Order: sequence, then C-alpha cells, then structure tokens
Amino acid sequence: MDITDIFLQLMLTADMTIRLSAVLTLACLAGLFSERAGIFDIGLEGKMLFSAFLSATVAYESGNVWLGVLAGIAGSMVFSLIHGLASITFRGNQLISGVALNFLASGLTVVVGNAWYHQGGRTPTLSGAARFHEITLPFADLLRDVPFLGPIYADVISGHKPIVYIAFAAVPLTWWILYRTRFGLRLRAVGENPESVDTAGISVVRLRFTAVMIAGVLCGIAGAYLSTSQAAGFGREMSAGRGYIALAALIFAKWRPFYALGATLLFGLLGAISNLYPNINVFGLFDIPVQFTQALPYILTVVILAGFVGKAVPPRAGGEPYVKER
Amino acid sequence: MSFTKVILGTVSALAMTAVAAIADPAIIYDLGGKFDKSFNEAASNGAAKWAKETGGKFREIELTSEAQREQALRRLAENGNNPVVMTGFAFASALDKVAPDYPDTKFVIIDMVVNQPNVSSVVFKEHEGSYLVGVAAAKASKTGTVGFIGGMDIPLIRKFACGYVQGVKATNPNAKVIQNMTGTTPAAWNDPVKGGELAKAQISQGADVIYAAAGGTGVGVLQAAADAGIYSIGVDSNQNYLHPGSVLTSMMKRVDVAVYKAFKAGADVKPGIQVLGLANGGIDYALDENNAKIFTADIKAAVDAAKADIIAGKIKVHDYMSDNSCPVE
Repeated sequence: MDITDIFLQLMLTADMTIRLSAVLTLACLAGLFSERAGIFDIGLEGKMLFSAFLSATVAYESGNVWLGVLAGIAGSMVFSLIHGLASITFRGNQLISGVALNFLASGLTVVVGNAWYHQGGRTPTLSGAARFHEITLPFADLLRDVPFLGPIYADVISGHKPIVYIAFAAVPLTWWILYRTRFGLRLRAVGENPESVDTAGISVVRLRFTAVMIAGVLCGIAGAYLSTSQAAGFGREMSAGRGYIALAALIFAKWRPFYALGATLLFGLLGAISNLYPNINVFGLFDIPVQFTQALPYILTVVILAGFVGKAVPPRAGGEPYVKER
Repeated sequence: MSFTKVILGTVSALAMTAVAAIADPAIIYDLGGKFDKSFNEAASNGAAKWAKETGGKFREIELTSEAQREQALRRLAENGNNPVVMTGFAFASALDKVAPDYPDTKFVIIDMVVNQPNVSSVVFKEHEGSYLVGVAAAKASKTGTVGFIGGMDIPLIRKFACGYVQGVKATNPNAKVIQNMTGTTPAAWNDPVKGGELAKAQISQGADVIYAAAGGTGVGVLQAAADAGIYSIGVDSNQNYLHPGSVLTSMMKRVDVAVYKAFKAGADVKPGIQVLGLANGGIDYALDENNAKIFTADIKAAVDAAKADIIAGKIKVHDYMSDNSCPVE
C-alpha cells in the first residue's frame, strides 16, 4: 500500500464518517437541548423512527422531499408534546415517558405502514424529487485538481445530501443559542436550578416546553435523514439504536455542543471503520474482530461514566419535575 | 371418579376432533420479515400459491424477536397445524427441542438439517447458483472488481460468498472480490441503511457489480447500486424488477417451490433431507424483461455453459459448509 492508496482510504473513511455522523449529531443536539433544560429524553429513538416513517410516507405521496421533512418534524414535535405533557405538566417520570414513546413509535409505524402499503411496514421506494440527492458545493470540480486539499474539498466535504450540512451547521448554532443568548442562559439555568429561574419571574414550564420542542425539531430532521437521505424509504425499526448511541454521545460530550460534535464524529468514525475494514489485523499478530469496533461507543461511554477520563456531570435538575413552592 | 373420567374422555375426544378439523399448514417467517423481497417473501409466495390453487387456509407467524422461536413452534403444533414450515437455519436448535414433543406433527425446516423422525429438512445448493451469478458478474464487470455483501455472518452466507468467488475467478482469474458481512446478529437481515453504506464503500473501492445475499438488507444494496449506476445481483426471489436496468440478474433459490410442495403434501410430508440444486430446478438465475437488455448474449452463453457443466458434473463447485473453508479468496 503506497501513500496515494492510504490517502484514498483515509478520504473514503472520512467521507463515510460524515454520512454516518450527521444523524447522530442531530439526535445528540436534540438530547442536549432537552437535558440541558432538565428533561431527560430517552425517547430520541422513537421520535426519530416516527419522523422517518412520516417523512417517507409524505415524501412518497406528495413527491416532494421537503414536504416529507416538514411532516417528519411535525410528527416528532407531536411526540415531544406528549413527552412534555407527561413529564412537565403532569410531572411524570421522564424515563418512563420516553420509553413509552419508543414503544409507541416502534409499533405504530409498522402497523400503520402495513395497513397503508401492505409491505410489512416498509414504505414504497422513493425516487426522483421524493428523496434527497447529493449536492455539489461550488467550485468542487474546479478545485479537485489542487493537490491534497482539492480532493478533500471535492470528495469529502462536498457531495453530501443537504441534511448533512444542516446537521453540522446546527452545532455552532446550538452553541450560540446556549451561550450567547438570554434564552440560552435561562435554558441552562432551568436545568441546573429551576427555583432561581422561577424566582426571577420566568416560567419554568414554558422554558422546558420550548427546549423539548426544539429537541422534537432536531429529532424530526434526523429521522427524515434516515428515510429520505441514507435510505430511499422507511423500513421497520430503521433507527436501529441510533437514538441510544446519540444519548451515549451526549454523555461522552458532557452535555456541550462542540464536544457533542466530536463525540458523534468519533462514533461515526468507529461505524465507518467497522463497515470498511471488518477485521483489522494488528501487525500480523492478531485480528481485532468487527464486534469490538461496533461495541466501542458503548465501552467508551461506560469508561467516561465511571469517571476514568474526566467526569461527566449531568445537569443538576435533570430528571426532576419542578414543583413550585407555595 | 368415573364421572371425572368420562368428562376427561369427552374433553380429550373433543380436543382431538378439533385438532383434526384444523389441520391447516402453517408457516413461520424468520426475522427478515415476510416482506423482505427476498428469502421470506419467496416462502410467502409459495404459501400464497398453494392457497390460491387449493382454496385452503394456512396460518402464518412473523417472528419479531429471537425469543419467540420455540414459543411460535409450540403454539402452531398445539394448535394442530400440520405441517409446520419454518424458513431459516436459525430455527434448528428450537426445532430440535420441540419436534420430539409433537411426534404427530410434521415439521419442515428450510436451509438447515435437523435429524428428527418427524422433520423434513430442505437444503439448497446455493453455491451452485452463486457460482453462476459470479460468472455473470465477472463478465459484466469493466473494472475487474466485484463485490459481495452478506447478511449475518454465518456459514450459510459464506457458502454463497464462496460459490460466487469461485465463479468470478473461474471467469477472470485476475478479478478482485470485495466481501463484507452486514453483522453478526439476526438484525443484519433487515438493515438496508447499513447495506447501502457497505455498497457505497465497495463502489468507491472500484466494485461495479455487487451481489447481495442479505435478505431485507439487500434492498439497500440494490438501491445504492442503482443510484451509482452500477450493476447489482439479487438473491432468493427474482429481484430484477426492483431496479430494471441495474439488477443484472438474481440468484433464485426456489424457496417458494419448497414451501408449495410441503403444503401440498400436507401431513404426508416425507421426513428426511431434501437437496435442491441446479439439476432439479431448485436453484437458478433469473432472466426476464427487466434485465434482458443488460444480460447480454455473451454473458448468457457463459452462464449457460457453466450451468450445463455443473449439472453434468464437469465443474465441481466447492461447498463452504462441507469443510468450513473456501479454496479461493
């Protein structure tokens, strides 16, 4: 293997890492908004699944993928609303509400999908304008001949589907909202110390609902990415645990936006490695089995949680319904 | 005492008539799901064909988790369904346990051998069909690199891969075959997103024909191949219609015929092992109006020659499962 070959392999890995990370990034940011406001959201998975289903059906019926995305977002926000009602308004257990939503999405999508299309919960294959296509960034073809940087720009950064760029743009936006706006300050405060926010005369309930709804929007986009970008149609259980991986990434990132990007990129990279190089041979001595690479995100999260590498401290008021003192 | 006996007797007699009355056949689909457009769907088509021809009824169960296997088998046997057909090697251990408890029920397992007096095992010579599509792939490839994407990493799927590689190498000894397996759990049969990613990875490494032996995961592989404008090869069912002009051909495993025959024989299914291959039409490649244009006369000639040679015994395709190794990589 010579240098150009290695370079090619690296580009390939980077390209796939970006594709695989995008959905995790969106879901992770969704969790970040929600948990920073003190609402644990284990229902990321269910929201993504529901949105994937709705966006695939609406895109198929209307022939317009953007309408599909909007429908996916709307569906995901309805789930958020249920989560909010259960855990904010009625002060129920946030974990149970989230798990319930996951079950609801898992069953509802297959039952409704089968009733509509009779394909075992699968939606018809999307084609043409009903799904996303790769977009070429400006000058990509022109710059391709520039040594080293040219191919990186043309093949790794350019040539992804639109939602990928939305996902990565959402990271700095989230940071700006959380750390540079008044809303962000209040949101972080409500997850740490809701009493003080309440004392200042700001509605805890409204803030938390807003955060949960933002999470709904982000999960909606993530779900739409699955069924209209990565695949061409919805399939049963297609979120395949990505919501949980995103939660792991959130812990790994210690609830910070740019760390979240790093964590999801790392998890995406591990996914890409297991796809591209199933068994990695270490100096001809032994093979690293593909299962190990696939399990690494979880192992890393446990290591972080156990406090070996720094400490992951969740927002202090997380998981606690807020009860106003009388 | 005697009264109790009478009651018990009546109850059991009633139960027996009930059993006799509903001796409909039943089928259990594996985790890929009834509509995987591939293996399980072929089985479902066979059952549907039987129902249409005879006007009979059958019960079907779609598994949704690994834990349901034994439970589903027992439920159908208790219910009096006969024969009980199951699609997939993964039923083997559950069936081995359940079959002795219901000696009067006939079980048919596809893709695996279970040695019980009331079990009929149907296995296919997938390596022969895979060899043929390997020949077609090597002929159709311009880059000299072709791909294989398997579902769950099990000996059965390695058997597909091994036959395919042999066919490719026999046609073009310098050809490169990139192989990937989707996963190591049954979820690998139904992950089209990952299938698509693997296909994209192979395409960027130069593959221009990809053979998917991965159940529902294959849908994603075929989609990615069609998007990239390269050829793909379907499996189990005839998948040529999914992307006309992109699916080069399909390795057909006549699971539908096996299920149809089992249903037709009813409770008289003969126990033992049944091997279906090229010679008896249990395995074939698909040629129809959807791939007529891309499946050129040149490819067809080569594939048909190989087919004749395999049937005549002139070409011996190595079966991976005979010694768990493959002579070519």
